[in-house]
Amino acid sequence: MTDILMPALSPTMTEGKLAKWLKNVGDEVKSGDILAEIETDKATMEVEAVDEGTLTEIVVPEGTEGVAVNAVIAKLNGGSETAQPAPAPAPKAEAPAPASPAPKHHVPATVQEPVEKEWGPTKTMTVREALREAMAAEMRADKDVFLMGEEVAQYQGAYKVSQGLLDEFGPKRVIDTPITEHGFTGLAVGAAMNGLKPILEFMTFNFAMQAIDQIINSAAKTLYMSGGQMGAPIVFRGPNGAAARVAAQHSQCYASWYAHCPGLKVIAPWSAADAKGLLRAAIRDPNPVIFLENEILYGHSFEVPEDEDFILPIGKAKVERQGTDVTITAFSIMVDTALKAADKLAEQGISAEVINLRSIRPLDIETIVSSVKKTNRVVSLEEGWPFAGIGSEIISTVVEHCFDWLDAPPARVAGVDVPMPYAANLEKLALPQPDWVVDAVKKLF
Amino acid sequence: MATSPDKTRKATKKPVDMMGKDELLSAYENMLLIRRFEEKAGQLYGMGLIAGFCHLYIGQEAVVVGMQHCLKEGDEVITSYRDHGHMLACGMDPKGVMSELTGRIGGYSKGKGGSMHMFSKEKGFFGGHGIVGAQVSLGAGLAFSNWYRENDNVCLTYYGEGASNQGQVYESYNLAALWKLPVVFIIENNRYAMGTSVERATASHDLSHNGLPWGMPSLAVDGMDVMAVKAAGEQAVAHCRAGKGPFLLEMKTYRYRGHSMSDPAKYRTREEVQKMRAEHDCLDSAKKKLEELGMSEAELKKLDEAVKARVQEAADFSQSSPEPDPSELYTDVLVEG
Repeated sequence: MTDILMPALSPTMTEGKLAKWLKNVGDEVKSGDILAEIETDKATMEVEAVDEGTLTEIVVPEGTEGVAVNAVIAKLNGGSETAQPAPAPAPKAEAPAPASPAPKHHVPATVQEPVEKEWGPTKTMTVREALREAMAAEMRADKDVFLMGEEVAQYQGAYKVSQGLLDEFGPKRVIDTPITEHGFTGLAVGAAMNGLKPILEFMTFNFAMQAIDQIINSAAKTLYMSGGQMGAPIVFRGPNGAAARVAAQHSQCYASWYAHCPGLKVIAPWSAADAKGLLRAAIRDPNPVIFLENEILYGHSFEVPEDEDFILPIGKAKVERQGTDVTITAFSIMVDTALKAADKLAEQGISAEVINLRSIRPLDIETIVSSVKKTNRVVSLEEGWPFAGIGSEIISTVVEHCFDWLDAPPARVAGVDVPMPYAANLEKLALPQPDWVVDAVKKLF
Repeated sequence: MATSPDKTRKATKKPVDMMGKDELLSAYENMLLIRRFEEKAGQLYGMGLIAGFCHLYIGQEAVVVGMQHCLKEGDEVITSYRDHGHMLACGMDPKGVMSELTGRIGGYSKGKGGSMHMFSKEKGFFGGHGIVGAQVSLGAGLAFSNWYRENDNVCLTYYGEGASNQGQVYESYNLAALWKLPVVFIIENNRYAMGTSVERATASHDLSHNGLPWGMPSLAVDGMDVMAVKAAGEQAVAHCRAGKGPFLLEMKTYRYRGHSMSDPAKYRTREEVQKMRAEHDCLDSAKKKLEELGMSEAELKKLDEAVKARVQEAADFSQSSPEPDPSELYTDVLVEG
C-alpha cells in the first residue's frame, strides 16, 4: 500500500484546496496520470501520479479546503514501489551552532605567498611599462596565461599597455576580440573554469558593465556554488574612473561596485611598483581579480625594483607618507591628491599620514586601524560617488575597530554625487581636489 | 560566405543505423534513469524535501542521452538550470545529485548550489547555470580552452529556445565561428520558454538557421528519438573534432512537466501534452525498438526495477545525508593560499 500525500506545489505552499479528483477508487493509475487538481493561493495545479497501482481509497474528498502539505490524500495498492517514507526532518550537522555569532564582517583570510620586503635597486618606469612588464613576465612563466581584449594585439593596445606583446607571444596568446564584451567575458570565464588563466582587458571598465553578469554570477560565484570544485583564475583589468573630458558614460569608478561582492578580489594600484607587483600577484592568484587601472596614471613615472622576481602581496596597503595628526586613505590616482593635500597641510602645521590602499578587497584593516590609533583622525578620499562608496566602508571599519581612539568624527571626501559633466569647469568641480581634503581635515581640529 | 541550408542540413547516416542493441539498451537505461529520477525529485519536492526552483527534464531525455553517446573522455558539457538529466547522462552519481537537491553535504556542491548549480570536474560537467543564456558564452570558453591547448576535445553547450534570443548567444556564435572553436551549440527547443511559446518569442521560423549568418553548419533533429539525436550528434561532434569550428543542432523536443514545480501550465492544453506523451515519447519508441531487437518484456521489466531501486537508493541517501555543517557557510568563497 502506498500513501499519496498532499504535495507542495510551490516553494511557499503550506496548505491548499483539493479541488477535484480525476481518478476514482478502483481506477488503475500509471506514472504520469493526472490524479487531482489542487488550488493554491497562486493557481490551480494538476497533480501527477508518481507510483503505479490501483486507487484503493480517497482519504480527502474533493472540495476540502486547507489540506496540509504531506497529509495523506489517497491510498494506492500494488506497483513495485514501496511506500513513500514520511518526510523526516533533515538530519542536522553534528556540530552545534557556533556559541558566538559569526563575525559580522567575515573577510576570508588570504594567504598570499608574496611578502612585502626590500627589493634592492630600482629603475624609473611608467605605470604603462610596469603593467606590460608584469604581463610579459607572467606569460613567460606560465603558458596558460594569455591576454584577450579589444585592440590588445595588432593595434598594440588602445592605451599601448600591451605594446609589443603580440610580437613576443604571437596571436594565440595575445588575442584581439570583436567589440562584444558580454560574449568575450563569458568566453574568458569559461576558459578559466577549465583551468586557463586569462587576462581580460576592458578598453575601459565602463564597458565591463555589459558583462557584469558574467563577472559576478559566473566568475565570482562558481567556486562557492560548486562546493570548491572549480573557480575562475582570471584577471579583469583596464582603466577605471574619470579620464579627462569624456563625460558621464566613460567616467565612473567601479571600486565600490565590485568590492561589494564576495568571491572577487579588487585591486587599485597607484604607482608603477604597485602596478607591476600587484598585477603579477593578480595573475598568479587562483581567484577572479578586478584590477582597476587609471588612464591618467599610465604615463606617470615611478621607481620600480629591478629584481626580476619583484611581486607584491594582495591585501596590503602602503603608508606613502608618515604623519602624526590625521590619516588620509586613498587609492589609485587619488593618492596623488592626498599627497598634495598632505603638503598643503604640512604648510599649516598639520602632519598627515597618507595610506595608499592598493587592495580594496581584501581591505588592509590592520594598517588603517594602527594608523588611526596613532593619529586619532581619519579622512577617506576617493574619486567615486560618496553614497555606499569605499569611504563608507573605511569609516565603518574605523568606527568598529578604534572608535575610542577617535578625537573627531571620521570624514570622507568623494566625487560629487552627479553623473560626470563634460564642460571643463563642471568636470573640475565634480572631482576631488587637494583643497577639498585640506578643508575636510581642518574641520577635524 | 554562408553555407546554404540545404547543403548543411542532411544527417549523413540514417538514425536506425546508429545504435546496435547493446548501445540502444544502454541509452534506454540512461533515459529511464533520468525519467525515474525526475519523477522522484518531483515527489520529494511535493513532500517539502526539495525546495526553491526545481526544473524537471521529463520528456527531453533523448537529447542528452543521444548526445552523450557521441562523447569521449575529456569532452565538456555545460547547460542551463534544467540540468538534472545532463548530470546523470554525464555519469554523475544520482546520490550526489539528489542530495544536492535536498541541500545536504552529500550533494555535488555540498548543498551550497542546489538544483540549478551543480558541477563535476571529474565528469566534465561545468554546470548548471541559473542565468538564462550565460552558459552559452561560458561553453564557447570551454571550447576555447580546447583550441588553446590544441587537443581534440569538444564542448557540448545546451540551452533552450528561450535562451536562444539572448544577445550573448549570438555574440558566442560569432566568436566561436570566428575562431573555429570546437563547440556544438544545442538548442533544446521544448517549445515553451516558461509560459511563452516559441512562436510568440522569436521571429525566426527555424531555429536551426540561427547559425547560418556565421556560416555555421546546422541540423534540425527529432529530439524525441535517441537514435536520431545520436546520428546528428556524431556528425556535429566529428565536425568540431576535425577543427572545422562550431556546429548548431536544434533539438525539437518537449517537456511534459511545467517550467518549474510551481508552474500551473495554463499556456498549453492537456491534450497537447498527452498527445506528445502518447505518440512521441522517447522511452516508448526505444522500448519498442528493443523488443523488435529481441529483448523480452521480462528483461525490460527487470531493468526498470533495477533503475527504480537505484533512484530509491539515491532518494534514501539524499534524506539521510546531513545538512552541511554551519562552518561550510564560509568555505569556498575564495581559493585560499
